Amino acid sequence: MTTALPISLQVNGERIDAQVLPRLNLADFLREHLKLTGTHVGCEHGVCGACTVRVNGDIVRSCLMLAAQTHGVIIETIEGLSDSGEIADLQAAFRDRNALQCGFCTPGMLVAAQDLLLHDATPDRERIREHLSGNYCRCTGYQAIVDAVESTAHARMGSTP
Amino acid sequence: MKASAFSYARATSVANAIELLVTHGDGAKVLSGGQSLMPAMNLRLISPELIIDIGDIAELRGIAVTGDVVRIGALTRHVDLLNSPEIAARLPLLTEAIAHVAHPAIRNRGTIGGSLAHSDPAAELPACMVALKATIIVRGPTGERRIAAEDFFTGIYETALSADELLIAVELPIARYNSAHFFCEFARRHGDYGIVGLAAQAVVEGDILTDLRLAFFAVGDRPVLAKAATKLLNVAVTPAVLSEASKALGEELDPQGDQQASVSMRRHLAKVLLARCVAALLGRPELGSGESL
Repeated sequence: MTTALPISLQVNGERIDAQVLPRLNLADFLREHLKLTGTHVGCEHGVCGACTVRVNGDIVRSCLMLAAQTHGVIIETIEGLSDSGEIADLQAAFRDRNALQCGFCTPGMLVAAQDLLLHDATPDRERIREHLSGNYCRCTGYQAIVDAVESTAHARMGSTP
Repeated sequence: MKASAFSYARATSVANAIELLVTHGDGAKVLSGGQSLMPAMNLRLISPELIIDIGDIAELRGIAVTGDVVRIGALTRHVDLLNSPEIAARLPLLTEAIAHVAHPAIRNRGTIGGSLAHSDPAAELPACMVALKATIIVRGPTGERRIAAEDFFTGIYETALSADELLIAVELPIARYNSAHFFCEFARRHGDYGIVGLAAQAVVEGDILTDLRLAFFAVGDRPVLAKAATKLLNVAVTPAVLSEASKALGEELDPQGDQQASVSMRRHLAKVLLARCVAALLGRPELGSGESL
């Protein structure tokens, strides 16, 4: 039973059929099988948040999910969110506010921040920090990231901070 | 790191999952949300031969209220508990505690059954089960067992579950009259494992506590139901009474020291939580000022 398992799923709107070994996690499946390398692999035990993707609309750690568990699900990665334009304003705000330096955490940050803004259109800074508390950034000190998310929230509500 | 190789079976029913457990015994591990199991496997702390994925078993999912009891299926995710109006109305302690369980991306996958079966002594949910007098329902080849939460957690990552049993659900009695609750934990960052935490459920009549269940976590090898609570029952709580209870708590607890906190720091923080808890339950902020320490 350590043999490959068939899975069929949707990734960024595209139907994918694949054979995966049980031990393969979703992050490695996305990166190595589908070449979607925007999903980053940091700690591989659910602490850093760099591998955050959407599964059936919910953000999850792709390092803590087996590819074998994704049969029949809908996955959206940073490539999907970026290409669709869904987070274009958030990405622009990250650039404007210098909310990234090395960029390693950025895909996970964007996916988590967009998740917050979808659930809470007017989060205060504390709420933003709380929602992003599962995503590590070792460059920015977070201040600029909170700025970027806050200004995007204001812009989407049609006001300036 | 990556998990070592294992076999994978997707259980089609509870009976099927139990059959697989009976066949493979200790070599098998049950996968629900995977938010504790997968890190342990990726770190190679454990290397099961077989993973039994119970994620498709619909009967293990969901929250049901019958009379004075709330039944929560093992596969119910933390986010489902957090957003449940039934839980918020009937078991507000749980709603409050869940917000402290890790981070949104973890709560979207992690399940109550997984957390309880994992039995991390620093986890919030086992302590809530003890405070709320939960019954843990497990099923094995010979049928179902109902285990009081106080007897279910037996040590660090150890429970009363046998290798061939599956955690099915928990049942929680709904507190009806004059019930009050308190939840607080100290952690380095919101969502991290608590350094010391307290989940408490009480009955308050006027300004008297007539029932008080104090379940401390991260201060022992399992949730600790503090006997010191009895010193606060059916008396007018004065600073002296609280101080007495606080002293008893300090003597009763036997916490471990680690890189997060020393033994004496944990004991001190537990006393701080006790004072804040009593102050909040009785609506008397002056009791939480720290005099009782």
